[in-house]
Amino acid sequence: MWMYILKRLLQGVLTVWFIATATFFAMHNVPGDPLSNERAMTEITRANLEAKYGLDQPLFTQYRIFLVNLLQGDFGISFVQENREVNDIIREHFPVSAILGVLAVIFAATGGVLLGALTALYRNRLPDYIIMFLVILGISVPSFVVAALSQLTLVTLNTAVGRTLIPVAGWGTIMHMLVPALVLGLSTMAYLTRLMRSSMLEVTSSDYVRTAKSKGAPPTRIFTHHQLRNAVLPVVTVLGPAIAAITTGGFVVELVFAIPGLGRYFVEAVQQLDYTVIMGTTVFYGAFLVFMVILVDVVYGFIDPRVRLEK
Amino acid sequence: MSDTSSVTIEADQGFTRSAGKQLAMYALYAIAFIAFVMFVLSIAAGSAGSTATGNAIDVENNIITIALREEPPQMDAARATDASSHVVLAHVMEGLISYDLDGQPIPGVAERWEIREDGATFWLREDALWSDGEPVTAHDFVFSWRRVLNPETASQYAFILYPVKNAEAINQGDLPPETLGVRAAGDRVLEVEFERPTPYFDKLVSFLTYYPTREDFFNSTNGRYGADADMMLYNGPYVLTEWVHGSTMRWEKNELYWNKENKGFIDEIRTAYITQDINAKLNLFKDGQIADTHLLSPMLPTAMEQRWQIDRSMDGSVFYLEFNHREDRITRNWHFRRAIQLAQDPSELVYKVLKEPSYLPGVSLFPAWLNGVSESFHKEYPPVEHKMNVEKAREHLEMARQELGIDEFPPLMMLTGDTPISLLAAEYYQQLFRENLGLELRLDVQIFKQRLDKMRQGDFDIVLSGWGPDYNDVLTYGDLFSSWNLQNRGRYNSAKMDSWIRVAQSELDPQKRMDAFGEIQRLLYEDVVIIPMYERGFSFVVDPRLKDFRRRSVGPEVDYNFAYIDASGQ
Amino acid sequence: MSDLSTADFQPLEIGRESEVISRPSLSYWQDAWIRLKANRRALVSLYIVIGLLAFTLVGPMLWTVDPARQDLDQVSQPPGTDRIATVVAPYEPWFGDENLPGQGLRLAEEATTQVVRLQWDVLPGANGHRVYRNLFPVGPELAYGIPLAEILNNDTLYFEDRLDLKPGNYFYSVVALGPRGEILDEYETLEVDIERVTTVAEAIDRNLVSADADIQDGDQIALEWHPLGTDYLGRDMLARLMAGARVSLFIGIGAPFLFVLFGVFYGSVAGFMGGRADQFMMRTADFVVALPFLLFMIVFKIAFGIGPGESGVFPMLVAMVVLLWPATARLVRGQILQIREQGYIDASRLLGAKTPYLVFRHMIPNTLGVVLVTLTFAIPSAIFTEAFLSFIGMGVAPPTPSWGSMSNEGIKTMLTTPHELIFPAIFISLTVLAFNLLGDGLRDALDARMRNQE
Repeated sequence: MWMYILKRLLQGVLTVWFIATATFFAMHNVPGDPLSNERAMTEITRANLEAKYGLDQPLFTQYRIFLVNLLQGDFGISFVQENREVNDIIREHFPVSAILGVLAVIFAATGGVLLGALTALYRNRLPDYIIMFLVILGISVPSFVVAALSQLTLVTLNTAVGRTLIPVAGWGTIMHMLVPALVLGLSTMAYLTRLMRSSMLEVTSSDYVRTAKSKGAPPTRIFTHHQLRNAVLPVVTVLGPAIAAITTGGFVVELVFAIPGLGRYFVEAVQQLDYTVIMGTTVFYGAFLVFMVILVDVVYGFIDPRVRLEK
Repeated sequence: MSDTSSVTIEADQGFTRSAGKQLAMYALYAIAFIAFVMFVLSIAAGSAGSTATGNAIDVENNIITIALREEPPQMDAARATDASSHVVLAHVMEGLISYDLDGQPIPGVAERWEIREDGATFWLREDALWSDGEPVTAHDFVFSWRRVLNPETASQYAFILYPVKNAEAINQGDLPPETLGVRAAGDRVLEVEFERPTPYFDKLVSFLTYYPTREDFFNSTNGRYGADADMMLYNGPYVLTEWVHGSTMRWEKNELYWNKENKGFIDEIRTAYITQDINAKLNLFKDGQIADTHLLSPMLPTAMEQRWQIDRSMDGSVFYLEFNHREDRITRNWHFRRAIQLAQDPSELVYKVLKEPSYLPGVSLFPAWLNGVSESFHKEYPPVEHKMNVEKAREHLEMARQELGIDEFPPLMMLTGDTPISLLAAEYYQQLFRENLGLELRLDVQIFKQRLDKMRQGDFDIVLSGWGPDYNDVLTYGDLFSSWNLQNRGRYNSAKMDSWIRVAQSELDPQKRMDAFGEIQRLLYEDVVIIPMYERGFSFVVDPRLKDFRRRSVGPEVDYNFAYIDASGQ
Repeated sequence: MSDLSTADFQPLEIGRESEVISRPSLSYWQDAWIRLKANRRALVSLYIVIGLLAFTLVGPMLWTVDPARQDLDQVSQPPGTDRIATVVAPYEPWFGDENLPGQGLRLAEEATTQVVRLQWDVLPGANGHRVYRNLFPVGPELAYGIPLAEILNNDTLYFEDRLDLKPGNYFYSVVALGPRGEILDEYETLEVDIERVTTVAEAIDRNLVSADADIQDGDQIALEWHPLGTDYLGRDMLARLMAGARVSLFIGIGAPFLFVLFGVFYGSVAGFMGGRADQFMMRTADFVVALPFLLFMIVFKIAFGIGPGESGVFPMLVAMVVLLWPATARLVRGQILQIREQGYIDASRLLGAKTPYLVFRHMIPNTLGVVLVTLTFAIPSAIFTEAFLSFIGMGVAPPTPSWGSMSNEGIKTMLTTPHELIFPAIFISLTVLAFNLLGDGLRDALDARMRNQE
């Protein structure tokens, strides 16, 4: 087991190196000049700025410096926010994205399991139809449309009530998090609801449930012990990729709800061609995902012996 | 929904009911769990960039909440270039000369001044203090200006100090910073020597690059001057007391400010939101979370429905089509440019395409709000009246074709930024010139920095460009198309233009100086150097309890220096 | 027991069948098709997909309006707007009329969508005036509406409004300004009814009438018909949706097709070769999987750059293929590894089958079901990706329309002209839904057991 973990970690480090290299060369292939500004610069000013960011060095030297700094966990200084280190930017903005993501995952998982079970229980009856209709909407309407519409709904709601029930944008309190997290988790929730529903139906028609019923076990017990528990398994297995999708998919929600997360910061850095921030964020997210996947795999390995054997 | 299992579950009502109950129990647990997690997370979020919520106007505590367009990169005035930094700096700093509610110059750190042909003298007031209680002295200006021009600072606005003697040479690295033509005659007198006569110098010194910096404090910050709230000193109506990056700023009233009877009436201004999303800002305003926001035309029906009092202001900038005048370009041909000019009408662009009520159709490089000798510049020197004439345009195009000796015009590259308004204009022009002149325009849509880089390289035929004023004088636009101006990205080069610009730069007689600008304006039209598109304005709304808030053409785009809360009328 | 004679062992009559196959023999695909047909939801989705393809490919032949053409007389018109317009003379500038009868705020002539000409007398105490336009009458809160102009003197007492005039009712107000340009309480207001008009030149230019037709000012003609309304530049929504469908579906179907194709190739090679080569190839794929997808789409997008006149469709396609192939490759490799162990492969090998034969006859056909389902599910996410990129301004470059960029435009005017958002959003949703349901149906029909295709 420990050998396995070590091997995975080594692979992880190698993968992060690959991500860093790919990002570095992609960014240095970008046309345009991160130093340009509305007011034209003299040559010497430009030269000084280039020296400050090491852009005057040959590409390979720049790459070497980038890698050495990366090893020390240093992504350099932002091009736009001249006095801020990229590390600081990530430290300040990533927790916001992470909190939003965690909440969205919790919403998606609990909502998906509960709603899925509900639809299976009331199959082909009104609750089923209503929820499945919402699920279809959740799957097929683009997230930015959902985000914009929900913000609009909030405004209308607040206007109707005459005071701010739920803030329409911003960040900081429970109320700020509620709607953005719901919107962010919506499509995953829809996906999990579908999965849970079909998984429940499969379990319901299984032999052991029939046996339990004929044995005369109490309905609540059949429902919780035999149906729910078994039906939840496939849902758990897809949670890993879902977490990845949600934590990196926060752009739209962060943009629409003016949330100071890393995703929004990344989009702004791209508009500004802020090399170091773009590279830093990409490598950071890449590394985060790589090690999350390893973590999930290792945890599964502990929980489920079959996984361990396969590897 | 793979609902294909054919086994029917018994429609056992009892089972469904008790299972449903169980499910409801679980749902309750889940909600309790989520509430708990959210509670924990919100505590965690408190330390991770929370945006304070308060009401837009807190009458009781005399606090207002506003939104900023973007996070200021840093607060070092010497290196600030963007609008957001400008807004914050204009509230926490003050230059030699300041301005009043109507934007007219009034004494700032200098209580009086004198501008001569060869230089200027500023007498500094005694009671101008830094936020640590030390007086603002002439040395602080000398240090600051030398620092701006030092090539190592790499200040992008250094050029605005070029009227000072030796400034340009220092900025090019040819002379040491100590040779700059400015010196402190004691703590309270600042002597400036000019490179050439600069009659508009009083307008320049209120610009932020001319703000003071105190040397001992600067040295104590270890190169992090302006990076955080405690990494700088303030001498304006407000002080920055808190800066949570990417999220909030807190400006508090500066108790040491000398002019607090006339400026800085609000106890605390919070910039609780940083967003470029204008829809989000509208929602925040509607929700009573921010004190003001500007409106785009699609939002106006909502604003009317809400019965808001909509106001308007000019932003100061002018936008225009700039041609590439380099040797190998078709756009170098005058007939060709003339054809383009005649085939369009800026009023159609503004009224039918952009639909912004606060925009003015472009008539000149010099916007309508600029002043001439005694009245508005446009009144004293009316721009050439433009009339769209497609037939004449086609004749000119034909002449251009013959002059260039080509059978057919190749597609032209039209470079544009990716903002919604410039895209709208670009798409409109593409179709307009296709229909009116049969010309094929290829849109080259680039993000800000890539567009600037392409402009610098001259990689375009026509570019949608614009210019915002740095100071309140016609010259802030007037010298744009001189052959030596780096800003002249199309490399327009004309001896006539250059000579008029030289007159405009150093002529001391105001009438002759304005005449020169009149000539420049005429030449710009006749030689079709550019085609004006529009003057930008803003429709905006302010919470009715906030009085004397201003949006400005020159200086910070939003100005709360004179604003105060008056809830009586509500 | 021993009474049997040879007579008891008559051979069967030749031709009498002992066993009858009661149903015709079905190939894998025929069987799948029958099962798919039984799934009503999947079948409807299939029709929707076919309909969308027809809309994209055949639509422009039936509805031949140029999607780039701008009808500035009908900007942002919702579907079903009245199109009758009165012909008037072309616009000429106007500088007030000294002899205009009447008093107070008044119209100089009939108000039309071309121009509204207002004139007024100096308001008491005014040093200048502001002209406002409103959709509602001025109430006690003194909200006058949109400020159209500010005149800081008392010499100019007229104003021409040409700003985006729509037929209907407007309330114009002039408000007195103080010496510093501040708003005073004095105002006058006027309700104006705007009539839709056009000019002869425009009518001819737009082929509404023939060039030699005899048209007088005051005649009524019908403007161009836009069945789904127009967008913010007066372009025909239907034509633009068709043009946008070409881009969205090209990316949405093209990119998955290409990366699935590459993934099949890569995965089957790796799976078939096995051993070291397989290890190496799969490690490489793992690297690519680890790249954060959306971030890299954006990085690639700016790294490729879009030249003048290019739509940016191709770079987006390439970026998607580069980033998304490994999932299919892994899946196919897994399938191949399984199939390799099957008895019929050994049998085939024993019979002397060569490698290419094995690959093309047995392995690839047997993975096709899984691949087809992967492809169907990849399409909705590709369409979403395109829409997402367009939303943050990193999508296809204007003027090329795509459903994503159209919805992004539409969001800005969501409140005033919702049709500009609703139509493209419906198309995106419909397409995504159809492919999702079709994918479900295919999966059930092909019985391709796959847990998830992330």
